[in-house]
Amino acid sequence: MIQVMLPVHLRTLAQVGSEISVNVQGEVTTRSVIDAIEARYPMLRGTIRDYNTQERRPFLRFFACQEDLSHESPDAPLPAEVVSGREPFLIIGAIAGG
Amino acid sequence: MSGVRVLVGTRKGAFILSSDAKREKWDVSGPHFAGWEIYHLKGSPADPNRLYASQSSGWFGQVMQRSNDGGKNWETIGNKFAYDGVPGTHQWYDGTPHPWEFKRVWHLEPSLTDPDTVYAGIEDAAIFKTTDGGQNWQELSGLRGHGTGPCWQPGAGGLCLHTILLDPSDPDRMFIAISAAGAFRTDDAGKTWKPINQGLRSQYIPDPTAEIGHCVHRLAMHRSRPGILYMQKHWDVMRTDNAGDSWQEVSGNLPTDFGFVIDVHAHEPETIYVVPIKSDSEHFPMEGKLRVYRSRTGGNDWEPLSKGLPQSNCYVNVLRDAMAVDSLDSCGIYFGTTGGQVYASADSGDNWAPIVHDLPAVLSVEVQTLP
Repeated sequence: MIQVMLPVHLRTLAQVGSEISVNVQGEVTTRSVIDAIEARYPMLRGTIRDYNTQERRPFLRFFACQEDLSHESPDAPLPAEVVSGREPFLIIGAIAGG
Repeated sequence: MSGVRVLVGTRKGAFILSSDAKREKWDVSGPHFAGWEIYHLKGSPADPNRLYASQSSGWFGQVMQRSNDGGKNWETIGNKFAYDGVPGTHQWYDGTPHPWEFKRVWHLEPSLTDPDTVYAGIEDAAIFKTTDGGQNWQELSGLRGHGTGPCWQPGAGGLCLHTILLDPSDPDRMFIAISAAGAFRTDDAGKTWKPINQGLRSQYIPDPTAEIGHCVHRLAMHRSRPGILYMQKHWDVMRTDNAGDSWQEVSGNLPTDFGFVIDVHAHEPETIYVVPIKSDSEHFPMEGKLRVYRSRTGGNDWEPLSKGLPQSNCYVNVLRDAMAVDSLDSCGIYFGTTGGQVYASADSGDNWAPIVHDLPAVLSVEVQTLP
């Protein structure tokens, strides 16, 4: 199981705690993890990736294992620690706004 | 006993204000969707407990919500707004072509007869429709595709379709307004549209009387006379007596004819309300005095209404979707401000009092009159 940490507003929307677990079939990538999140929590569709372009929303970042993966290909394999569930995949909202 | 429910959208959540018909004591519920921008929420005329809400965020995009119990509980519904076909381009601020991009839902207009049918006005300007309670949304693409769409330019607030009026006497007729394209009408349930801007005059566009390009801020209609519309334009208050085929200015003796809101008394179709704002560069009331202006003659002759409203040091704005009326015997008038106040008058505007005064900036106000 892949551990995923969501930003506060998405936890509220999905009615979950800070960390969720999703089962990913096949290669574990940013795309497959978000596909799994959206399949399990349909209310999050369109909130992490733009519904029409499927691109990461500009004010969200993807971190794992102390690395910023936001600009990696969505089809690049995620680190082994994320695949094994030892480290979470972090979806982070930018610190901005008032 | 009858009562009212005031639905308030703000920069940081939604609030529901409830009262009995006296409209003296209020219960405040909220914030719902705390921290999110709620551009608009509105109830179905066919089922007052069916509410729809537009919830959006610069971080997380657009979410849509529906309640079946008057706002006590909410569920997410479909939030996919995909333009029909190849979207093409409209004009950007600098006049260059810019691809149509969905940004948010500005306005929701539930059908007058079917709780599952709702129209949505979005940015970049288009109108969408659902017939399954919001699960799926389809564009009525005849609006963008009628010919002038590639020439539309955004106003300062974006290229937004902010007003949708349904004709209660003709289910095929609708009116919409877009900043800064103008007003449009369909007579065939949204298949085809035509601009209805003849008589508007806007000095801020190259041809002041052009067919499109006018920054219409709001339209209003009385349901007993759907061929008569009132308009608050960027500057100028306007009126049409022929369903938009031609407009006449009715700003009359207003101290300034800039503003955003306009609405009609529930029982007096010639009684209308605006909140004059100093100018497009100073978005606050003149002289720091918050005054609603009422005309009992369908325009031209206006009287200030200030009793109970702040008359010094008031520098709030009243945004385009932030005024509404109830339909109780003594008509109630409501409006919200960017300072977080929601004011109510239970006597057609003669006397005002704040229901709440410390909400986040108010984006929209709607009122339901409950049996």
